[in-house]
Amino acid sequence: MAAKEKVRFPSFLRTIVSLSNRDLKKWYLNPALLVISLIQPIIWLTLFGKAFNLGSLFAGNAGSAILTRIFGTSSYFSFLAIGMLAFITVSTSMMGGMSIVWDRRFGFIDKILSTPVSRAAIIIGKIANSIVRALIQAGVVLIIAVALGMTVSYITLSGLITTFGALFLLSFGMSSLFILLALRSRDWQSQMMIINLLMLPLLFASNAFFPVAEMPSWLQAIANVNPISYAISIGRNAMLGIPTSSSIYLQMGYLGAFAVGMGIISIVLSWKLLKG
Amino acid sequence: MEIIQVKNLSKTFNGKIKAVDRISFDVKEGEIFGFLGPNGAGKTTTIKMLTTLLSPTSGDANINGYSVKKEQAKVRASIGVVPQEYTADEDLTGYSNILLLADMYGIPRSISKQRIIELLEIVELSSSAKRKVSTYSGGMRRRLELAAGLINFPRVLFLDEPTLGLDVQTRTAVWDYIKSLKNKYGMTLFMTTHYLEEADQLCDRIAIIDHGKIIKIGRPEDLKSKLGGDIIQLSVNNPSPELIRLLGKIKGVKDVKKDRNEYRIKAASSETITPKIISALSSHGYKVTRLSMMKPSLDEVYLEYTGRSLKEEDSGFDKIAQNRMIRISGN
Ligand SMILES: Nc1ncnc2c1ncn2[C@@H]1O[C@H](COP(=O)(O)OP(=O)(O)O)[C@@H](O)[C@H]1O
Ligand SMILES: [Mg+2]
Repeated sequence: MAAKEKVRFPSFLRTIVSLSNRDLKKWYLNPALLVISLIQPIIWLTLFGKAFNLGSLFAGNAGSAILTRIFGTSSYFSFLAIGMLAFITVSTSMMGGMSIVWDRRFGFIDKILSTPVSRAAIIIGKIANSIVRALIQAGVVLIIAVALGMTVSYITLSGLITTFGALFLLSFGMSSLFILLALRSRDWQSQMMIINLLMLPLLFASNAFFPVAEMPSWLQAIANVNPISYAISIGRNAMLGIPTSSSIYLQMGYLGAFAVGMGIISIVLSWKLLKG
Repeated sequence: MEIIQVKNLSKTFNGKIKAVDRISFDVKEGEIFGFLGPNGAGKTTTIKMLTTLLSPTSGDANINGYSVKKEQAKVRASIGVVPQEYTADEDLTGYSNILLLADMYGIPRSISKQRIIELLEIVELSSSAKRKVSTYSGGMRRRLELAAGLINFPRVLFLDEPTLGLDVQTRTAVWDYIKSLKNKYGMTLFMTTHYLEEADQLCDRIAIIDHGKIIKIGRPEDLKSKLGGDIIQLSVNNPSPELIRLLGKIKGVKDVKKDRNEYRIKAASSETITPKIISALSSHGYKVTRLSMMKPSLDEVYLEYTGRSLKEEDSGFDKIAQNRMIRISGN
């Protein structure tokens, strides 16, 4: 019976760091993945922001005033750039669930489940991996946007921190949601289908391309509960000085509730879904 | 001390498939205990329940004194698992794979780094430790899984079909690794197999499992000797019906059966009785044209208790396994 004392348990934080680092390795050891995921937001930035140049349609002082009235800034490109930060954040977060499908398929999850690591740590490790990737990619998109001519006169350090704080919460919630969906799906094709099905509608039903006020009322209803809208609105306020419709703290609180809520749901349900 | 105690353990899938049907057995500390049975017998399902990956439908088991139902975390901390499939992360090196597992067990890096080097040494993977697992051969992957299963110095190591799909040479090598790991670390081993020789060579005790039920438990030698001795097969140049009676009268012969042109004689000891048989036959004018003696193998034991030979299933399955190996080595 002396044997009983030898049982040892791992620290929660340590296992999360180890597990997410394992996933991150696959990513930073494979730069092609990083480049491919940047293609879409950059195409949109150049297509909508540069090729269809709204600024030249509304040339002159009067035009600039119209733009400012609709978008809150005379630079539509800058307006769109913040939308693209949210886009890359969301699309990267959605993909975070994919790796769990592979891990189950190849028995890796079973191997991890046979160790004393906490189930919550497995899920939080995946969420953490997803968030790190999303924020790094968002950083890259921001740099590219600035290089292409995004307005920088309003940008401050605290504005950057606020924006990335909002993106962090957005990524937290979206990663949790899609990890939860991945836990339910049997193969990566069906997971891919869900991602493709939800990605564009979620984006168009937000203020990524147009201000909510200019939308038909049914779309407004969706956009007003869509957490993507809140992250973008916070970002536009912090980086471009565009006023928000409600207090920025309230909007941050909404995102926080979304992140925590989704996180808790996916951790609780993972108890059942990780097995078998 | 019984380090594994299993009581009426059952698993039913989808309310109807009884994969494991009320099995009970104990394993003593330090033993190598084997589950022998064909594909689909319920071996993997049993291991998954004992390693807390599946919850039992009914019954319970204690590992190292902890219930697999109520004290899962403590069970997990006491065991190592080498699953049937290769589960290592292909994109990581062999070394990183084990290091990751060590972290999951909460082993401090200062200890685990040393330990990994030591384990990889024993399974002779030191020189490939820093290579990605995707470049490993089937045998190397199996050895890596073995080493990984021991990173927490478990009290009990579970091995699910440890040599499935390996060629005969690699298989014997893996047996040697298992033996030397056991000698060094002295853990209890619970393994499953559908290879008769593996059960015979490696296990102190075996349980024959079929259709989710344990049919017989014992030491391989005992199971074999309980069958009632050796088997002598012979053919003669002029078979006749009275031959069976004649053979049956020889002292020491337990049973005679005719199988086409061959006579199958069961006797306690083939060495002492064979000369008697030959002289009795020649004195009645028969000439022995062919004779072979067999010590009973586990297959005979298997045949006796299940009514089927494991050999036939074995060969079919090996072809599948071999094809898989070819595909692995092909890319
Ligand atoms: N997840 C599952 N769902 C339904 N049936 C299963 C499942 N896992 C195993 N089985 C069935 O249970 C039986 C025993 O399977 P298994 O334990 O894998 O056998 P073995 O490892 O001895 O080959 C088989 O009939 C198999 O089809
Ligand atoms: Mg099996």
